[in-house]
Amino acid sequence: MTSVPADERLAGAGVLRRLLVRPELGSVVGALAVFAFFSSRSAVFRSADGVANWLDPASTLGIMAVAIALLMIGGEFDLSAGVLTGTTGLVMVTLATRFGWNVWLAMLAGLVPALAIGFLNGLLVVRTRLPSFIVTLGTFLMLQGLNLGLTKAITGTVQVSGLRRAEGYEGARAVLAGSVTAGGVDFRVAIFWWLAVTALATWVLMRTRAGNWIFAIGGDERAARAVGVPAARVKIGLFMTTATAAWLVGSITALRFGSVQAGTGIGQEFIYIIAAVIGGCLLTGGYGSAVGASIGALIFGMADKGIVFAGWDADWFKFFLGAMLLLATLANSLVRRYAEEARR
Amino acid sequence: MTVPSPAPPAPPLLEAREVGKVFGNVIALRGVSMVLRAGEVTCVLGDNGAGKSTLIKILAGVHAHDSGEYLVDGSPVRLGGPREALDRGIATVYQDLAMIPLMSVWRNFFLGSEPVTGPLRRFDVARAKRVAREELRGMGIDIRDVDQPVGTLSGGERQSVAIARAVHFGARALILDEPTSALGVKQAGVVLRHIARARDRGLGVVFITHNPHHAYPVGDRFLVLNRGTSLGRFAKADITREELTSLMAGGAELDHLTHELAHEPGRDGPATAPAPGTS
Repeated sequence: MTSVPADERLAGAGVLRRLLVRPELGSVVGALAVFAFFSSRSAVFRSADGVANWLDPASTLGIMAVAIALLMIGGEFDLSAGVLTGTTGLVMVTLATRFGWNVWLAMLAGLVPALAIGFLNGLLVVRTRLPSFIVTLGTFLMLQGLNLGLTKAITGTVQVSGLRRAEGYEGARAVLAGSVTAGGVDFRVAIFWWLAVTALATWVLMRTRAGNWIFAIGGDERAARAVGVPAARVKIGLFMTTATAAWLVGSITALRFGSVQAGTGIGQEFIYIIAAVIGGCLLTGGYGSAVGASIGALIFGMADKGIVFAGWDADWFKFFLGAMLLLATLANSLVRRYAEEARR
Repeated sequence: MTVPSPAPPAPPLLEAREVGKVFGNVIALRGVSMVLRAGEVTCVLGDNGAGKSTLIKILAGVHAHDSGEYLVDGSPVRLGGPREALDRGIATVYQDLAMIPLMSVWRNFFLGSEPVTGPLRRFDVARAKRVAREELRGMGIDIRDVDQPVGTLSGGERQSVAIARAVHFGARALILDEPTSALGVKQAGVVLRHIARARDRGLGVVFITHNPHHAYPVGDRFLVLNRGTSLGRFAKADITREELTSLMAGGAELDHLTHELAHEPGRDGPATAPAPGTS
């Protein structure tokens, strides 16, 4: 139909387009820039010890950001994910310290309320068709109250502690919250959990039917239903996945510190979303990547510790956070417009 | 080319006999009959509100008919839903296409029916890409890259992909709801070509449109609807494009309109105004 030179020109644009529409692109560029910036400010930052240091906060944040990214690609939000890390930790530590449960068993018990809350979030969103932003804002506030109220009722304080003395603590800690020494540097085990979660989520997204369905329900739920995608089941599954990630992170945090504050996780829910958005997730759903969310978390880890290494006031972190978010959303919307633009 | 069915041994793929549909006290469709044979295109024409969508929704299993008979392969049926229609090989491509703009062509192509492989039931991506590419090529659809998002395709290309998808998933009867209505002349031509290609593959195509210029070149049979009833059924040999156009626009109504419009400039405008066009 078209002449040969025109076809070649279009093919060239196709390659460029494919590169540009990778959702991770913005976050990779951002991560390199942040790394270069802090490396130039601080020698410690770029040393192996420094790397292990900033990978640590990135890891737990990354596990959550990846789960939230899956949910956001599926077109929903979960504001209760942050406070749920507190809930699961509180359940675990309470059962292990007040009721004498084995730490492993207490940890598994924490998964039960997590899955129940995830299921409930999903069911409410699917059945009522209310925006998940509102539904999970409700569960977020309810959980925040429950965490505080129950903790005070049981312990009389706002924290549950004493996990270190519980049976099975050392084993559980080694698996979830210990360190691995490589080349004389201690790396937190959570980093490997983070990598595993990222790899698993990427595989599910890119190489399973469920992954195809997640993209589809986030992109256009009605159209997805029309070709037989079980949208309700996929959504509920996504909320339960987020809850499972919150359980994992809650357990890691509890094992690491041996105690849990009743206010743990509050305020984190937006950080997860921001990391996912920096990683290329669209707020409107249907687009994003697990690797991108992980890199978003990495940027956070680097900035969090980098500001300290550079000898600045940690207050600047929030400013940095906001600037990154704005830049990322701007880049993403440009990319999306480019990807969706109909060829004339 | 236009033999009016020389004693066909096989029953038609789809046949509607005097079907009717009532919504409350609104008669949406009354006594409409049509036939669809394999390897033929039956065009359903009509203005807005003529009952085209009601008819195709009955054919597609979305609505059940209230009166008359609906036959698939010669036996009367009452479809329980679109899924049942699909199982009988009746696929419908609606105007909005059920495609996800942000997803690649191959992901869209297999959405809901992804091929899996291995013990982990992995999505067979290599096969999906290969099959999508082959099917599109088989339909003569020139898409450079099945990895590109559907949103980057033109309207005609999207229609074509949707048609190719229905063909791949075993459609014998293909119902196309206004596939050309939102398209420019060139794009509509592309879609018409794919309708002809599907027909040549032995599918029966029900082509719904309000444009007789799109219907006439590709259609074998024509059913013209107006206000829920049939204005007539024609084989191609029995009707010219002009007759079809005139019938569709309501014959006398159009004549009247032509008359009215022709007098308009003479009555209000200055007589010296240049002619707006040279038709």
